Amino acid sequence: MATQMAKDPQKTAVTTELQVISGNALDIPMYQLLKEDGTVHKGVTLPEISKELALKMFSTMQFIRILDERMIAAQRQGRISFYLSSLGEEAAAIGSAAALKFEDMIMGQYREQGALAFRGFTLEQFMNQLFSNELDLGKGRQMPVHYGCAALNFMTISSPLGTQIPQATGYAYGQKQSGDKTCTLCYFGEGAASEGDFHAGLNMAAVFKVPVIFFCRNNGYAISTPANEQFAGDGIAPRAVGYGMNAIRVDGNDIFAVYQAMQEARRLAVEENEPVLIEAMSYRMAGHSTSDDPSGYRSKEEEEARRKREPMIRFRNWLVKKGWISEEEADAQMQQHKEEVLAALKKAETVPAPHVDEIISDVYDEPTQALKDQLDALKAHIRQYPDAYPATSGGVK
Amino acid sequence: MAKMNLLQAINSALDVAMAKNDKVSVFGEDVGHFGGVFRATSGLQQKYGRSRCFNTPLVEQGIIGFANGLAAQGSFPVAEIQFGDYIFPAFDQIVNESAKFRYRSGNEFNVGGLTIRTPYGGGIHGGHYHSQSPEAYFAHTPGLKIVVPRNPYQAKGLLLSAIFDPNPVLFLEPKRLYRAAVGEVPEEEYTLPIGKAEVVQEGTDITVVGWGAQVEVIERAAELAKKDGVSVEIIDLRSILPWDVDTVAQSVMKTGRMVVSQEAPHTMAFGSEVAATIQEKCFLYLESPVMRASGLDTPYPLAHEKEYFSDHLKTYEMIKRSLNY
Repeated sequence: MATQMAKDPQKTAVTTELQVISGNALDIPMYQLLKEDGTVHKGVTLPEISKELALKMFSTMQFIRILDERMIAAQRQGRISFYLSSLGEEAAAIGSAAALKFEDMIMGQYREQGALAFRGFTLEQFMNQLFSNELDLGKGRQMPVHYGCAALNFMTISSPLGTQIPQATGYAYGQKQSGDKTCTLCYFGEGAASEGDFHAGLNMAAVFKVPVIFFCRNNGYAISTPANEQFAGDGIAPRAVGYGMNAIRVDGNDIFAVYQAMQEARRLAVEENEPVLIEAMSYRMAGHSTSDDPSGYRSKEEEEARRKREPMIRFRNWLVKKGWISEEEADAQMQQHKEEVLAALKKAETVPAPHVDEIISDVYDEPTQALKDQLDALKAHIRQYPDAYPATSGGVK
Repeated sequence: MAKMNLLQAINSALDVAMAKNDKVSVFGEDVGHFGGVFRATSGLQQKYGRSRCFNTPLVEQGIIGFANGLAAQGSFPVAEIQFGDYIFPAFDQIVNESAKFRYRSGNEFNVGGLTIRTPYGGGIHGGHYHSQSPEAYFAHTPGLKIVVPRNPYQAKGLLLSAIFDPNPVLFLEPKRLYRAAVGEVPEEEYTLPIGKAEVVQEGTDITVVGWGAQVEVIERAAELAKKDGVSVEIIDLRSILPWDVDTVAQSVMKTGRMVVSQEAPHTMAFGSEVAATIQEKCFLYLESPVMRASGLDTPYPLAHEKEYFSDHLKTYEMIKRSLNY
C-alpha cells in the first residue's frame, strides 16, 4: 500500500515564538452557485448538466417531497409505525448521488431517500419497506426508512449513528484493491459526526488513502440538539484538515453546487485515492422523525426564515427560467407523484407480513439447530393461540 | 506434519488462507512489518505485501468498522484486536453491525467474510486488562460465531474454517498457550468443523466440559480424579456459538453428572448457559446438580491470580462435590 508518511517530527520547523493556533483559525466559506431565488451568481459557470439529468433530479426531488409528506400523514393515521422525513435536504442527497457512477457504493444514514430514489428504487420498493410486508427486501425486519438494495449499490441503513463511517473506509479499501475505479459515498449528519466512529473512519481513510467521500449533512439539529450545542468552532469541514484530508463546504440547498462539489470529490477519490469530507449546509425543515415536535425546541420565526432558503423552489425557479419545465408542468408532475404515492400506499398496506419462517433466516447463512428448534416451538405455540398472532397464524399450518 | 506452537499454527493458517485467496487480508495494531505483539502475523507483510498485511491506527472500533465494510465489499478480512480486553470499543461494531448485517438487510448484504482474532485469558501475569475471557458477552449475540481452540492443531484447522465460514466469526486465542502448547500440525490446508465439540477423553462417572486453555486444566483435574478411581469424560466445546448441545447431552445421559470449568467470572459466564441447557435436556439422568468451577466475580487480579483462577484443584474439588452430592 502506497501510504505517504505523515509529518516527521524530526523535520518539524522550529520557532522561538510561542504560537497559539486559534480554534477558529479555519473559517471555510460555503460554495454556492445558485442564489436563494434561483438565479446564478455573477460570472459563474454551472456544471454541465443535461436537460434530461436536470429534470430527473428535479422529478426525484418532487417525488421525495410528496413521499415524505404522505408518509408522515400515514404515520399520524396509524398506518405505519414511524417515519423520517428529508424535507429541506433533498438537494444534498440527490445532487450528490447524481454525481456518482452507478457502480459506486452508497452508505446512508437515514435521511437520504432522495439518493436511493435517484438510483432507481421504485415507489413499490419504498412502500414495501415502509409497511414491513413480505415483499420488503429487508424482510420486514427494520423500522421504516431503513432501506437497502444490493442491486442498486445502496447499503442497508443501520440505526446506530455513524457506524457506517469506518465501514465506508473499509468498503472503499476493497474497491481500491480491486482496481475497479469506484468509490464509496458515506452520508451522516452533523450530530453523528460527534460519534467515535467518525474519528475512526476519517482517520483511517486518510491514512490508507482510499476512494471514499464522507458527506456530512449539517442540517442544524440532532433531534432537538442544535449544532451549537454539538460542537464548537467552524463545524465539521475543518476537522478533515486535522486528518490530512481534503475538505469542501457546500451549500446543501444548492443542487448545482452539491453536484459540482461531488464531481470534484469523486475525481479526487477515484483518480488520486484522496478521501474527501464534504460538509453540506442545510436545514432540517421537519422534525427529526414522527416521534418529535420541533415546536418544543425551536421557533416558528427560525423555521420561516430558513424555509426561504429551501432547495426545491430554488431549483424549480432556475428550471423554469431556463425553459426546461413550465410552472404548469411542474405542478402536474407533483400531482402525478401524489396520485401514484397514494395508490402504492394503498396497495402495499394490503400485502401480508413476511412468513413466520423468515424470523430465523439470515441470522446465519443457514439456521442453526437451536434456531430450527425455536422456530418449531414458536409455530406450535402460534397454532395453540392463533388469534394472538394474526399476522402470521394464517401461514402456520 | 511439523512441530508448531499455537502462534506458529495461527501464522500458518493465515499464510495458507492468504496464499489460497488474494481477498484475504490481515490487519490490526502492530500487525504489519512487526508481525503483531505476539508475532502471530510475522512474515506475512513481507510475503503478501503492505496492502494485505498492515498496521492500523490505534482504534479498535475503527478496526472492526473497517473490517465490516471490507467484508461487505466481498473480502475476507482477518482483523486482530491486540488483547481481548481491548475489544470493547468495538463492541457496537461487533454486536450491532457484524452480527446483524445479514439479518437486517434481508440477506441483501453480509459480512460473512469477517474473522476477528483476539488473544484472551489469564496466566501471563497480565492483571485486569490483559487477562479477561470476554466470550459470554458475545455469546449473547445472535449472528456471531465464537470459536476457541485449545492447541496448535485446532488453532490452524479452526482458524481456516473461521476465515472462509460465510458468517462473522470471533476467534479467541488462549494467549497463555501461544508458546506453551506445541504439537504436530499439518503444513497444508485442513479444516475443523465449527459448532462441533470434541470428546477429548472418554469416561463413565462424570462429564467435565470446558473450552480453550481450560481443557488443559480439566485434564489435570481428571488425572487427580483418576487416582481416586473416578472415570472422567472430558469435552472440549471448541465453539461457544453455536455450541454442540447434543454431544454434551449424550455424554451427561451416560455419566449422570456434569461440571463446567471456565476461566471467566462465575456469574453469567458461558457455563451458566451450558448448565441451564443440560438441566433441561438431561434432568432425569442427573444424579447431582450441574456444577461450575469458575473465576471469582472480581476483576482479574494480578497478585492474586492463582487464587482467582479456576485451576485444576478447584475443578477437581467440584468433581468430588458432584460425585459426593
